[in-house]
Amino acid sequence: MITFTDVSKRYPDGTVAVDSLNLEIPEGSLTVFVGPSGCGKTTSMRMINRMVAPTTGVVTLAGQDVSTVDPVTLRLGIGYVIQSGGLMPHQRVIDNVACVPVLKGQSRRAARRAAYDVLARVGLDPKLGERYPGQLSGGQQQRVGVARALAADPPILLMDEPFSAVDPVVRDELQAEMLRLQGELRKTIVFVTHDIDEAIKLGDAVAVFSSGGSLQQYDAPARLLSNPANDFVSGFIGADRGYRALQFSSASGLVLQHIATLNSDEIDSADLMPGEWRLVVREDGSPFGWIDAGGVDRHRAGSEIYDSVTAGGSLFHPADGTLRSALDAALSSPSGVGVAVDEFGAVAGGVLADDVISALAAQRQAPPPTTD
Amino acid sequence: MNYLLSHLDTAWALTLIHLRLSLIPVILGLLIAVPLGALVWRHRALRRLSTFTASLVFTIPSLALFVALPLIIPTRILDEANVIVALTLYTTALLVRAVPEALDAVPGSVRDAARAVGYTRVGQLLKVELPLSIPVLVAGLRVVAVTNISMVAVGSVIGIGGLGTWFTEGYQADKSDQIVAGIMVIFVLAILIDLIIVLAGRLLTPWARRVPAT
Amino acid sequence: MNFLQQALQYIFSAENWAGPAGLGARILEHLQYTVVAVAVSALIAIPIGLIIGHTGRGALLVVTGVNALRALPTLGILLLGVLLWGLGLLPPTVALTLLGVPPLLAGTYAGIANVDPNVVDAARSMGMTEARVLTRVEIPTAMPLILGGLRTATLQIVATATVAAYASLGGLGRYLIDGIKVRQFHIALVGALLVTALALLLDAVLAAAVWVSMPGSGRLRRRIPQPLVDDEMRLEIGPPRRTPDYSGRDPAPPGGGASPTVEGW
Repeated sequence: MITFTDVSKRYPDGTVAVDSLNLEIPEGSLTVFVGPSGCGKTTSMRMINRMVAPTTGVVTLAGQDVSTVDPVTLRLGIGYVIQSGGLMPHQRVIDNVACVPVLKGQSRRAARRAAYDVLARVGLDPKLGERYPGQLSGGQQQRVGVARALAADPPILLMDEPFSAVDPVVRDELQAEMLRLQGELRKTIVFVTHDIDEAIKLGDAVAVFSSGGSLQQYDAPARLLSNPANDFVSGFIGADRGYRALQFSSASGLVLQHIATLNSDEIDSADLMPGEWRLVVREDGSPFGWIDAGGVDRHRAGSEIYDSVTAGGSLFHPADGTLRSALDAALSSPSGVGVAVDEFGAVAGGVLADDVISALAAQRQAPPPTTD
Repeated sequence: MNYLLSHLDTAWALTLIHLRLSLIPVILGLLIAVPLGALVWRHRALRRLSTFTASLVFTIPSLALFVALPLIIPTRILDEANVIVALTLYTTALLVRAVPEALDAVPGSVRDAARAVGYTRVGQLLKVELPLSIPVLVAGLRVVAVTNISMVAVGSVIGIGGLGTWFTEGYQADKSDQIVAGIMVIFVLAILIDLIIVLAGRLLTPWARRVPAT
Repeated sequence: MNFLQQALQYIFSAENWAGPAGLGARILEHLQYTVVAVAVSALIAIPIGLIIGHTGRGALLVVTGVNALRALPTLGILLLGVLLWGLGLLPPTVALTLLGVPPLLAGTYAGIANVDPNVVDAARSMGMTEARVLTRVEIPTAMPLILGGLRTATLQIVATATVAAYASLGGLGRYLIDGIKVRQFHIALVGALLVTALALLLDAVLAAAVWVSMPGSGRLRRRIPQPLVDDEMRLEIGPPRRTPDYSGRDPAPPGGGASPTVEGW
């Protein structure tokens, strides 16, 4: 458990980076510090491993004041990942990962062997271990950074905007990996980001800071969205709060409608009224697209199937889906009916926006079971 | 060219003297300046002091130093020891400024990560900062080595040995081919030393050689 | 210390200053060789450095050219020159120019090449012609390194101009060489002291010039580039980096912030 008690950081020129921070971070949770630049989120995190010393106040780790522990020993027991990776460019990837175990006294050979396992765990090909960091892509470097932090199996991880410097597709992958890893390892993680959506996606708890270093709200993401403490927090969260909060509501009770489907060879014989849509499916049952009366006519006249069919919207997975993905499936569909698919990708039914709203109302009546 | 070919053995002997006089100071200078430079690197006041002192030493013209040094140390002007001490002073003065500069060139994020990961102060210096400062240091070292070779040649005007004697002798005897031979040998020597330093630098920095794969 | 006292006595006797072989004349001769050689070096090296630095083409030429020139022994060139062209200003100018070009070229090129490419890019997009980009943006930013190269060149030329005396030319080397020849070491020391004093003076003036030329605020805070090795090392260090720099504190605080030696360790 990590605690901040009345912690402040003031610089000689008068800037206040952190202002009277009081915070308790439970063990095994992923806490996200989020806020605009200059809000002290990184400074606060760096007080945990004594990279920054507080001007006033006490930071404790497992009950002990961190300023009383030898800094090197402290840091060897805390994993640290930074935005640009911070890999040692002059050492091979495998040696970067094995760095902390070796510093702690393990033999280089044993540490290297163990490091290969860690590389695999973060989703990297062990062969990359022989390369130098400069030869890896940005996303790969970030994974190595995480591997290095995990190698000595520290109970605590500090991560400072680790995914900000990679492109959005890679970022999504890394975030998913992070959730998966945390599910397995259950470490105490403090994660700093300026991206509120990343905070909501990853955090068990989110601490919102404002410029000048003061904590505005510290809550579970769902509560942050539904009950922002003040204007700053709601402004920082941004628009579509209500819509985004839906991602925390399970869609398990949602009733699926029946969808009329067509195989590709049945298109020409279909008889549609104007405004009617049919879902075209492939042989394995997976959805191909929606077709309306005009599309059928075009197809009969000889158009290719791709030109006759309109692409469908996002897909809804009832097994683990949230009300948000259900609603989005319905809204993004050209026919107004969202397509639900089972675990094999085959069409399982349809979702109507009205049904989602009804399910939401029903949940409001009774305390809703939330997904996290 | 003919002069060189007909005097190969003297050329060799003179080259050895010349190399001794110019390269021993480089090695000694490195041995002194690297620890010293690393020491003053993070202390602002000490660094300023060492930079200032080094600049003073470096501003003294080499010939003047050769002449003045025997006043302070028990050597005579033409003693090899005198030349070596003088040039070592120079080399150290140059490198003691170059070492902190080279260390400064190590990216701040790498230094930060090293400290956060749990390196001790000394461990970080030896295993992270110094290795990463090598490329920049090599650039400075090349200049120092070649300049030393040149300074030894210049020393022949007051009687210091080495390949520079071909210049003074050639001048006195009005033999321009001897001078040309001297120029050629020194030129080749300097280029060779430069190359060796570059290669040594490359050997020590395998990470800089690899082209990004992906 | 006898020699030192004798040398100082010599310097402070007024009669030694007058006349064509006096201290005054020798100092002026020495300055003449220096100034001419530095001027010619600058005229050659600075334009080349500016063009290659600005266009980025021919960078390899600079690096190898500088190294090759440094490998040429100045004394040899000087004496060869005297044999070929006789006594006069030409041989020392040629020899000393070859000495002065490398640091000036390296400094100019490094200065221009290390200007933040983002700034140059922005200048071009604002509609500046190439010439304007060079004169309004690159040269002012590169001034400290260009003047640093000038400082190095001057320093080396002043020091090496002493060898001109060997070829029966003038300059302060006269005292050094003659003194040793006739074994009157205090005379040699006179030469040594005066050359050093001259070098220190010129160096101080140029160091001040470098300091003044540093663009923007924060002059008092930043270090000035030091002679000789800085030019080459700048080429290796490269332009200012864009990645975030953790110097032991949050990137946010403006201006100072605690010194890294205070924080943490």
